[in-house]
Amino acid sequence: MPHPGAAPSRAPVGTVRFLAVRPGAPHMRDEEGELVDRLLAGDESAFEQLVGRYQERLRRLARAFVRSDAAADDVVQETWLAVLRGLPRFERRSTLRTWIFHVLANRARTQAVRDAKFVQFPELAAGEAEEPLSPDRDRFDAKGGWREPPRPWRSYDPERLLLDDEIRQALERAVEALPPGQRVVVILRDIEGLTAEEACNILGISETNQRVLLHRGRTRIRRALAPLLDRPERR
Amino acid sequence: MLTCKDVAERVAAYLDRRLSWQEWCAFLLHLAVCVFCRRYVAQMQATRAMLRKLGEIGRGEALDDSLRRALRAWRDERAAG
Repeated sequence: MPHPGAAPSRAPVGTVRFLAVRPGAPHMRDEEGELVDRLLAGDESAFEQLVGRYQERLRRLARAFVRSDAAADDVVQETWLAVLRGLPRFERRSTLRTWIFHVLANRARTQAVRDAKFVQFPELAAGEAEEPLSPDRDRFDAKGGWREPPRPWRSYDPERLLLDDEIRQALERAVEALPPGQRVVVILRDIEGLTAEEACNILGISETNQRVLLHRGRTRIRRALAPLLDRPERR
Repeated sequence: MLTCKDVAERVAAYLDRRLSWQEWCAFLLHLAVCVFCRRYVAQMQATRAMLRKLGEIGRGEALDDSLRRALRAWRDERAAG
């Protein structure tokens, strides 16, 4: 962590930090188990807590599946009803969060079959196959070297960057502008922090497809942010 | 030896730790000698970290009336059944 008073990071990006990429342990949420118990016992405040925690996140996810805010609200509403109905059978083999997202994706998938308001799932699973593997592909020459190398950013510290409203809004807009498949995968993997396996289960797609969508999505987002983050050239 | 393009295409697999041991070594070896790719990978990591932070910033939302009614109906049904 940089010292709060420190100058913006000008240090060259070292290799050592890349050795630190380690898989994170999945978060086991005992507290959510307790929430389920209270809910099954009919505790209204437990449901309030659950909705308070997930409503906005479900809406964000739903919005990736449907074409309007109103349709997203409908899907979220139906998801809650389905969650209540399914709760007595929830086996707790996955986290509550993953299960709720799964319920939402299933609702959206069922709806998509009969309703044009919804993004069709084959479209999602095909992973926008017509797009080249990497949207950054044109940035390389025939030998695979950078034709247009990335310029340094003014900071690599996510907290510092997100304090800037302009950057935060640009980030949100960049996610909303992604094609549906990329958007859903970026929401589940990066915004919600699910594992690849959990995301694949929820969406019913292969791990390779999931990774391609994630990579394309992140690449587009990085590109969208670059104009705001590139450090001005020093002369 | 991986090219810069190879590295760019493997970033997601690298961040998910899905590279084989050999691929991982080749990846890091490339990063050790290529400032542009180090920068690129750092930017992708920062992008991911910002998205994660975005997910942590959230407003809580109150239960609306229709959900409250749905909950009560569900509870009564369970109590009756």
